[in-house]
Amino acid sequence: MSVELDVFVGNTTIMDKEVFQLWLNGYTVSDAVKVRIEGGIMEECEANAEVLLSDTMDQYRTFQMCERLLHHPAKLSNQLLFQIPPDRQAMLIERYYAFDDAFVREVLGKKLSKGTKKDLDDVSAKTGIMLKSCRRQFDNFKRVFKVVEELKGPLVENIQQHFLLPDQLGRDYAAIVFFASNRFETGKKKLQYLTFQDFAFCAGQLINHWTVGAVDNMMDDMDVDLDKEFLQDLKDLKILITDKDLLDQHKSLVCTALRGKTNVFNEMEANFKNLSRSLVNIAAKLINAKDVRDFFIDLVEKFIEPCRSDRWTSIDVNLYLTHYTNSAHILDTFKHHGVWTRYMGVIKSCILRIYH
Amino acid sequence: MPGKLKVKIVAGRHLPVMDRASDLTDAFVDVKFGNTTFKTDVYPKSLNPQWNSEWFKFEVDDEDLQDEPLQITVLDHDTYSANDAIGKVYIDIDPLLCSEAATVISGWLPIYDTIHGIRGEINVLVKVDFFNDLNRFRQSSCGVKFFCTTSIPRCYRAVMVHGFVEELVVNEDPEYQWIDRIRTPRASNEARQRLIFLMSGELQRKIGLKVLEMGGNAVVGYLQCFDLEGESGLVVRAIGTACTLEKISTLTSASATHPSNSSPSKDMKDSPQAAPSTLGCRSTHSSPVHSASGRLSQGFSVSVPTLLFAGMGSGGSAGKEAGPLKALLRQQTQSALEQREYPFFTLTSFPPGFLLHVGGVVSARSVKLLDRIHNPDEPETRDAWWEEIRQEIKSHAKALGCHAVLGYSESTSICEEVCILSASGTAAILGSRFVQDGPLDTDYRLSRQPLVFSTGAERVEGDMGSSASLGFEEVAPPGCGFCHIPYDELNIPFPAQLTYCYYCRRFKVPDVLFTTIDLPTEANVTGKGCLIQARLCRTKKKAQGEGNATAISNLLPFLEYELHTQLMNKLKLRGMNSLFGLRIQISVGETMLLGLASATGVYLTALPSPGRIQIAGKTPSDITYEQHISNMQKKINDTIAKNKELYEVNPPEVVEEMIGSPIPEPRQRSRLLRSHSESSDEVTELDLSHGKKDAFVLEIDDTDAVEDIHALLTDSPMPPGFYSCNTEIMPGIQNWTSAIQMFTSVRVFRLNNANLTNQGLNKIFSDLCENLLKSLYFKLRSMIPCCLCHLNFTVAVPEDELIQVAVTAVAMSFYKDQTLENGRQSGDKTLIKAITENDEQLQFNLELNAESSSSNPLSSTKGLSDVSGSHPSARAPPVDYSSFADRCSSWIEQLRLKAHTIRRGSVKTTSSLEKASPLPEGRSRSLQSNRSYSGSSVTVVKMTPLSFIPGAKITKYLGIINMFFIRETSSLREEGGVSGFLHTFIAEVFAMVRAHVAALGGNALVSYSMKECVFMENPNKNQAQSLINVSGDAVIFVRESELEATSVQPQSAATRETSNGGDGT
Repeated sequence: MSVELDVFVGNTTIMDKEVFQLWLNGYTVSDAVKVRIEGGIMEECEANAEVLLSDTMDQYRTFQMCERLLHHPAKLSNQLLFQIPPDRQAMLIERYYAFDDAFVREVLGKKLSKGTKKDLDDVSAKTGIMLKSCRRQFDNFKRVFKVVEELKGPLVENIQQHFLLPDQLGRDYAAIVFFASNRFETGKKKLQYLTFQDFAFCAGQLINHWTVGAVDNMMDDMDVDLDKEFLQDLKDLKILITDKDLLDQHKSLVCTALRGKTNVFNEMEANFKNLSRSLVNIAAKLINAKDVRDFFIDLVEKFIEPCRSDRWTSIDVNLYLTHYTNSAHILDTFKHHGVWTRYMGVIKSCILRIYH
Repeated sequence: MPGKLKVKIVAGRHLPVMDRASDLTDAFVDVKFGNTTFKTDVYPKSLNPQWNSEWFKFEVDDEDLQDEPLQITVLDHDTYSANDAIGKVYIDIDPLLCSEAATVISGWLPIYDTIHGIRGEINVLVKVDFFNDLNRFRQSSCGVKFFCTTSIPRCYRAVMVHGFVEELVVNEDPEYQWIDRIRTPRASNEARQRLIFLMSGELQRKIGLKVLEMGGNAVVGYLQCFDLEGESGLVVRAIGTACTLEKISTLTSASATHPSNSSPSKDMKDSPQAAPSTLGCRSTHSSPVHSASGRLSQGFSVSVPTLLFAGMGSGGSAGKEAGPLKALLRQQTQSALEQREYPFFTLTSFPPGFLLHVGGVVSARSVKLLDRIHNPDEPETRDAWWEEIRQEIKSHAKALGCHAVLGYSESTSICEEVCILSASGTAAILGSRFVQDGPLDTDYRLSRQPLVFSTGAERVEGDMGSSASLGFEEVAPPGCGFCHIPYDELNIPFPAQLTYCYYCRRFKVPDVLFTTIDLPTEANVTGKGCLIQARLCRTKKKAQGEGNATAISNLLPFLEYELHTQLMNKLKLRGMNSLFGLRIQISVGETMLLGLASATGVYLTALPSPGRIQIAGKTPSDITYEQHISNMQKKINDTIAKNKELYEVNPPEVVEEMIGSPIPEPRQRSRLLRSHSESSDEVTELDLSHGKKDAFVLEIDDTDAVEDIHALLTDSPMPPGFYSCNTEIMPGIQNWTSAIQMFTSVRVFRLNNANLTNQGLNKIFSDLCENLLKSLYFKLRSMIPCCLCHLNFTVAVPEDELIQVAVTAVAMSFYKDQTLENGRQSGDKTLIKAITENDEQLQFNLELNAESSSSNPLSSTKGLSDVSGSHPSARAPPVDYSSFADRCSSWIEQLRLKAHTIRRGSVKTTSSLEKASPLPEGRSRSLQSNRSYSGSSVTVVKMTPLSFIPGAKITKYLGIINMFFIRETSSLREEGGVSGFLHTFIAEVFAMVRAHVAALGGNALVSYSMKECVFMENPNKNQAQSLINVSGDAVIFVRESELEATSVQPQSAATRETSNGGDGT
């Protein structure tokens, strides 16, 4: 005796949030049933294992049928096959596009290529996230990337519009796309302490201030690429370290301002030239795509680590960077105020975010 | 040239990629009606083409308009090879032919392919310019309205119920034609789909003609079925009830908002008279029985010792032998009915005054051998078969002293060349109001004459009273009138125990009542109802031809008998005494017969409380055996007690001396009832009543009995919060929320073990049904408290070792605090009965009067009853309309606080449509905002097998939806196996139905049913095929809350209904 066929179709498609999550997490039907049984649902609803299995299979089938629609969320709202209430649709999309921080840390900044996909089993083994789930998350990244890559206009809005994602998730995807297209290095050991949200914050800063779209919304180009002109202009900042006078003047201005306000003043004074050189060098190198990739590693190695070894608090860092930025404007011979502000604004907020 | 069909092809979307090279499609559209075809331009390289075509105009006969579907084919243009079809859309333009239905079909319709399923959508506009042809000899019947609903549709009033109409058309099945060997599966499927569309159109037209002939303008309870007879052909047959309906103007009439919308106007004089001659509905085929020559054609009858009456009648004169006055009255209606060949009605619920008495279930079955249909134009054989069966039904009804059959339905089960034809209905006596053809008002007056009282004959009085009108409620309360026996008690056609009615104490009632109709709205019920199923499986030897047919017809009586016994036992086990909506389905397979009987058990207050089930051993010798029996007895008694508690079956204690006084003072009775229903701790005392009756004895020596007991005790109880029934409304539950969820569930079970015993099979079958129910409960747990209404099981034996069970039902949530109100409700009801006067239209108001006058602890109730009672009616309590809005908001405020204590809605068990549902304001608002926010382009279409939508009012019927689809695959595994395949197909069918409803301008499909769901597979070849036939009435409904906003007149009790039901459909 065996059930050969078992289907349930509602006029309104019934989708259980809990089972949907299990499906997203990559559980097989039988594992999902086990999880549900352990969750005590049988006692709650006077069900038996058979009922649970039938329900789980049915739900899984429904999700599989819906999956192709979830790939193009806009279709979900005007398709006719499933009648799903709007709030349910939003839930499905949000959960389908949700990702694990542990997973995204592994692939952030990597090329979203077949090669990377092949390595997902390693990622799965490392993070403990099921391969199926890894694949889904990876495919989501890739799909979003593909769609917005060629689109004009603001990245976050494009993503939100095409994938009907909630605000925060849209921003996160923008960060992922931005990292993937600029191939920022995030996997080095020294960067391991950074969370995805740290990077996402920095990506937001970069997108908002350093891309073409940041200056001019009407520009045809999109948010994904850094503003080449700006990167070119960054070279001009070198004067801050190459001109001895300027460097000294800058140092004395900063030190005057900082004196008495921090416990690590001596260290700040001693390290000023080193730190200033680092920051300006990072700026000057950004014109090379390869150095763009090393942006975060550079920030950590050249700025954060020295500060950390001198036991600066983040208040100290904030204080230092504020005065460092502002003092440059007082310098007589320094002309590149616009570029400096644009550069330092992002650098400061990024450093403050990742200084922990 | 009476019609001009105009079609415009607007656009397509989500088309499949047809050109692999470009990943695009060059689509164009072929628009075909009859033999005329138009084409759009090719819209190159797009998956979302914008054709925006001109108007294609077809000038056609109205006959063709009715028969032919509009066929729209989307193709991919190919310069070098043949154009590839993407898919088709069939549009039934019938709804456009009726002035009161839809006027335009416009919207996105799924493009369907029988191999690939839905492939994108197409936006079309269809209109008909129709010049009505008044030619008497016309062959068309445009303008006749069709309804699947088996009651008078909600926004109409029945002026006249003419009676039974039937028709059948036959054709060769394209799947079995020689050409099928050389054509593709797609071509074959499409030929079949198209043929069935054509045949349904033709059938509808022919039925329409008959309706016109009878002087009607509508068919209600239209039931169309397909018999896929395989080699021998394809039969499409339909039955229905011809009526003259009159539209109730929506907002001006108070009756429109009355709970029983179907209640007709008192004023019968202005109703158009029917055509003077009521020709028999079968004017075309008058040839008598036409038996298949040399073939076996065997009918059978069985007489079971209770109410399921299927024996040959014994003269059937019982009714006429009663008192002279009664006879006179009966003769009037009877003569009207006897003019008709078949006094059958497919309706299951009726306007007040229509149904007087119920006799019992009548059914007939016949086993036939299928023969090839030689001439499709002369379907005499099939006609003759049905004629035989109907005659038998008619004579059964007569034997029960009844002149009409209600809730009538017909079905078939086919296995290879054997076909079982079944028909069943409820024998009944009808009131004269709707059925007679004579001058209406004379009869009407006659029947109301007070002369009745002077005759003194008790029985006559009752009949006269209840038949006259509800005005004479003191004479025979409508709450019990229908239970009174129609047959002569000295000449009972079957063994039954008669007692005096427990409600009015004056007329005889049977101990148990089985019917196929819905519970009458005015019936007095104690507690709640529940679904009762009897399931049976019997093995049969494989045989061929006549031998097979004989074997089957020999088995049938036993099957039917056992099903009946099972039903009876289960009914008693639940402490109930009547069954409504009884539907017995018998399905044949090669090696087995399946029987499934479903019904809704109810405790009718008027009937005696059921006897106890007693188990007896034949040879009480062994002590352990005795022990075993007493154990079982205890178990059974416990179950009965538990069930009584669950369903709140706590009938009032009978006061013995009442029997002596036949006419108790109504008020006194009502008070009596009330006091009982208010106290719920009397359940334990109820066993006393058992002692008075003959217990129902099950002898355990009998193997069947063991089986029965086993079956009785293995029915697992429903989880808390769930109720179920197979009727339109659940007795005892009224306050529905607007959350409804219609669903279909299909299971196929494979019996691996070929040689199973009957008992083993039974167990498997029963478990299959039980497990299916359990799964449903689990699935729908989020809707608790909830009732599965109109649970419709269909069983089939698609292959040798397969059992298929399909269930369609609707889950409806209700508000929990109902139990508290039950007592009050029955109390109120009787109170109202006592004071209600002639005008039943005012009943609603009156009961509210009654309520506010009764001492009510809640201060807010007063205000509420004011609103709900504020029909524009002289009897309504005075309401200050100007301050209405203010009050409204304050009521809502109060409601939010006291939602749990306020009694809501009317006390009638009628349409829960009007029942208010106080969703907390906050929640409903959020739902609303959610919906408007998303701006989804797809209209939400609700579907329900019921004839109403809770918390909403149907404002317009747009026409019948009757669709037939075939789906086939040769890549079964790739599509997710059998389950994946069928799941997709059912979802697609739902989607297409919804799209067509939306295109007609509707937002719901009521009286939905899936009449056919055939599934065949061949896993070895990786193939499967499925056929689905669905139907229903497309309607526009308006939430009562929205009505409230638009109309100046406050509607009844609707103030509190605010949810838009975004969360359930």
